[in-house]
Amino acid sequence: MTGYLLRHLQVFFYTLGQLTRAPIASLLTIAVIAITLALPTGLYLLIENVQRISTGLDGSAKISLFLKADIDHATAEQLSERIRQILEVATVEYISPKQAMAEFKRLSGFGETLDTLAHNPLPPLLIVQPSRTLDTPQKLDDLVKRLRANGEVDLAQLDLQWVKRLHGLLQIARRGVWLLSVSLALAVVLIIGNTIRLAVLSRREEIEVIKLVGGTNAFIRRPFLYTGLLQGTAGALAAWALVSLCLSLLAGPIGAVADLYASSFRTEGLDSYGIAILAGVGALLGWLGSRIAVGRLLGSLEPR
Amino acid sequence: MIQFNNVSKRYAGGLDALKNISFELAPAEMAFLTGHSGAGKSTLLKLITLIERPTRGQAIVNNQNLSRVTRRRIPYFRRDIGIVFQDYKLLHDRTAYDNVALPLVVAGVRDKDIGRRVRAALDKVGLLKKERAYPVMLSGGEQQRVGIARAVVNKPPILLADEPTGNLDQALSDEIMDLFHDFNQVGVTVLIATHDHRQVQRLGKHVLELKRGEMINDSSPGSVL
Ligand SMILES: Nc1ncnc2c1ncn2[C@@H]1O[C@H](COP(=O)(O)OP(=O)(O)OP(=O)(O)O)[C@@H](O)[C@H]1O
Ligand SMILES: [Mg+2]
Repeated sequence: MTGYLLRHLQVFFYTLGQLTRAPIASLLTIAVIAITLALPTGLYLLIENVQRISTGLDGSAKISLFLKADIDHATAEQLSERIRQILEVATVEYISPKQAMAEFKRLSGFGETLDTLAHNPLPPLLIVQPSRTLDTPQKLDDLVKRLRANGEVDLAQLDLQWVKRLHGLLQIARRGVWLLSVSLALAVVLIIGNTIRLAVLSRREEIEVIKLVGGTNAFIRRPFLYTGLLQGTAGALAAWALVSLCLSLLAGPIGAVADLYASSFRTEGLDSYGIAILAGVGALLGWLGSRIAVGRLLGSLEPR
Repeated sequence: MIQFNNVSKRYAGGLDALKNISFELAPAEMAFLTGHSGAGKSTLLKLITLIERPTRGQAIVNNQNLSRVTRRRIPYFRRDIGIVFQDYKLLHDRTAYDNVALPLVVAGVRDKDIGRRVRAALDKVGLLKKERAYPVMLSGGEQQRVGIARAVVNKPPILLADEPTGNLDQALSDEIMDLFHDFNQVGVTVLIATHDHRQVQRLGKHVLELKRGEMINDSSPGSVL
């Protein structure tokens, strides 16, 4: 068992040595893989960040509760106090019919006309600001239903149209990133497969001789698999570096826009979990590409 | 050690390279495989080493029925057969030492055992001083001896050679053939494909003669042709 591990380690470092001995070729391959992987990674981060903006913007989704017209001042205050106790509610503002009328007069310019009305037709209004933990339209909807269940409430309205639309768009974009990722993953397999294929062809004689003196296919594959694995991993880490660089360049302008909305929003890169996944995917794709490339040659060398 | 029963080989092109071949080599026997060019000598050796598979018939090598040796088992099967090629098939970016070590490395032999066994094999073929030389720095005869050292380094019970003296002059050919004879003397079964009738006569061993894929002569030493 230790002998087996030792041999793997030997091949691993031998491969590492081979790669550093041909730095230009390895770097080119790694760069191509980096760019290929950076594209879906960058788009993924973009979507995640937009998602956070859409839920993070203060005052984006307010719920208007129109109370029944016969609700008096004290009952409205009581209700607003009860709602304030709900965990998912950040603030509640009570606007009496009188205040509403004054506001309406000021904004509409119908001042005198409205004075001729026998009584104030506007209902009492509670404006509820949901807490930030409600970050999906679904959760917001649930809160609205709960508020609507109060007997005093005549109409509960949530201006969610743009949030819903944005979420729909994000959903589409996410699916798009998945499709893009799959096709670019295929591209990485092909890139590494081709690199390894050339390496395999240039060592075809050596491979034939190794087979003739009793080398197993696993023995022959090993250095090539390590090459693909290392190039894939290096490409993935380079992709992460590339994306991080782009994000840091964008951080300034994005911060400025966020400030306009009085939001504390800041762009976020990949966390360590994300980096590990990216590196793992790179390694896997590299391994797969070289496995296919070597497998084809080895298959052609089997006796018929 | 090697037994063929009505073995035929038809290549993909439709050509019958071997037709109904039957013969037997006893353990520790030495034999020559002769015949004109294209008679099927190389093909017969390729069947024994499972580079090609028989189209029909049964072949038993080293107590194993070849049709039962699966793809996965082929490498382990080949470790018991030393093969010497006319074009040497050495790796040009490796020293004589590394070339000879190759069969041991692929078999996972430990480093300290490798050194000892490679030097013993190089010593046997008289090239101990050239262990650091690359193939281009060696003469044809020396390269062929490196090839022989590689073939015998893991002490296989069977040694095959396909025209091992094809590119060498008479004196060198004698030397190489004597080497094979030495290995045979210590119990290795040896089969050599060759055009060189001088060597066949000189050593007086079992002769298998092919003509257009058919066995036309199977004579043990001493028997009258
Ligand atoms: N891979 C192959 N595919 C098709 N035909 C082949 C193949 N290898 C050999 N042959 C044919 O099979 C016949 C026997 O070839 P083989 O190489 O066994 O002859 P040989 O006796 O070794 O000849 P030589 O003395 O020239 O080496 C020849 O006619 C050759 O053209
Ligand atoms: Mg031949």
